[in-house]
Amino acid sequence: MKADKFEDLSGVRCPLNYAKTRMHLASMESGQTLEIILDDGPPVRNVPGSVQQEGHTILCQEKHGNQWKVVIRKA
Amino acid sequence: MVQLTDTQLDRYSRHIILQEVGPEGQDKLMNARILVVGAGGLGAPIGLYLAAAGVGSIGIVDADVVEISNLQRQVIHFSSDIQRPKVDSAAEKMRAINPDVEVTTYKTYLNASNIKKIISGYDFVLDGTDNFATKFLINDACVMSGIPFSHGGILRFDGQTMTVLPGRSACYRCSFRQPPPPDAVPSCSQAGVLGAIAGMLGTIQAAEALKFITGVGTLLTDTLLSFDAKTMHFRRVNLKKRSDCPLCGDNPTLHELEEGERATCDLSM
Repeated sequence: MKADKFEDLSGVRCPLNYAKTRMHLASMESGQTLEIILDDGPPVRNVPGSVQQEGHTILCQEKHGNQWKVVIRKA
Repeated sequence: MVQLTDTQLDRYSRHIILQEVGPEGQDKLMNARILVVGAGGLGAPIGLYLAAAGVGSIGIVDADVVEISNLQRQVIHFSSDIQRPKVDSAAEKMRAINPDVEVTTYKTYLNASNIKKIISGYDFVLDGTDNFATKFLINDACVMSGIPFSHGGILRFDGQTMTVLPGRSACYRCSFRQPPPPDAVPSCSQAGVLGAIAGMLGTIQAAEALKFITGVGTLLTDTLLSFDAKTMHFRRVNLKKRSDCPLCGDNPTLHELEEGERATCDLSM
């Protein structure tokens, strides 16, 4: 499944990675999907939870090496 | 669709990650026009925080030059600014904090003949003046022009502020009909002020302006918030828009701006 939008946020620290995620979500339609790549550690511990708190859905969260692929469906 | 550069995204990230503000709120701030009256104790934190927040266009009004006695509380001015016009000193710091904001300076005192022209086109006005005549002038001109504003005042250890949405909430005159007689106002020798309370009150006013622009939360409308820093007691007094208000009531008697006498006190807040 290919997401509607994609951004590689590896190397982008908190909370800028979340700010960039919010910018993408703000520009998308409800139901569209966003795939982001997050670093292991604080980014993956924080961003998906914050996204969920705003009502969006995490469709998938998988580890690839030191990075995580996270797919979000906009509420 | 909101467009921000990577630098802007980084700069404003703490706003953008706030659910209530977000990219849309930041965009509103970047397109907002706010006027700060007074580049003194209150105007200092107001100017700094509005610039830092990325408010697109900020006007600042003050006719004075920086004096050494100002520096105890007017944190936008530095020792090297003594004798410089306050508006120039303030604008320089605001631009240094955030080169994205456009700062317009008005090196003048507001009076009945220039105020309406100066405030026109601004979305919100902040009163950081040190005298009742100008506070009433700002209230009257903003109500007549329909421009929302924040009233603020500090003295000794006390501060008070209220936010006015003309026609919708109590104005300053609804509660305080006219300026107090000059002999009721403390003389200069009595009118000290604890420096930090300028920051306490000015930042409350700045927060009200940011809330108004972004539409977040509830404003200090129909509410006089006051504090006594000696005890750190904060008090809210509910105010009502008065139908018999001479300015915004049902049968207003004030149709022209009054040229009040500016207090002679040189507190220069």
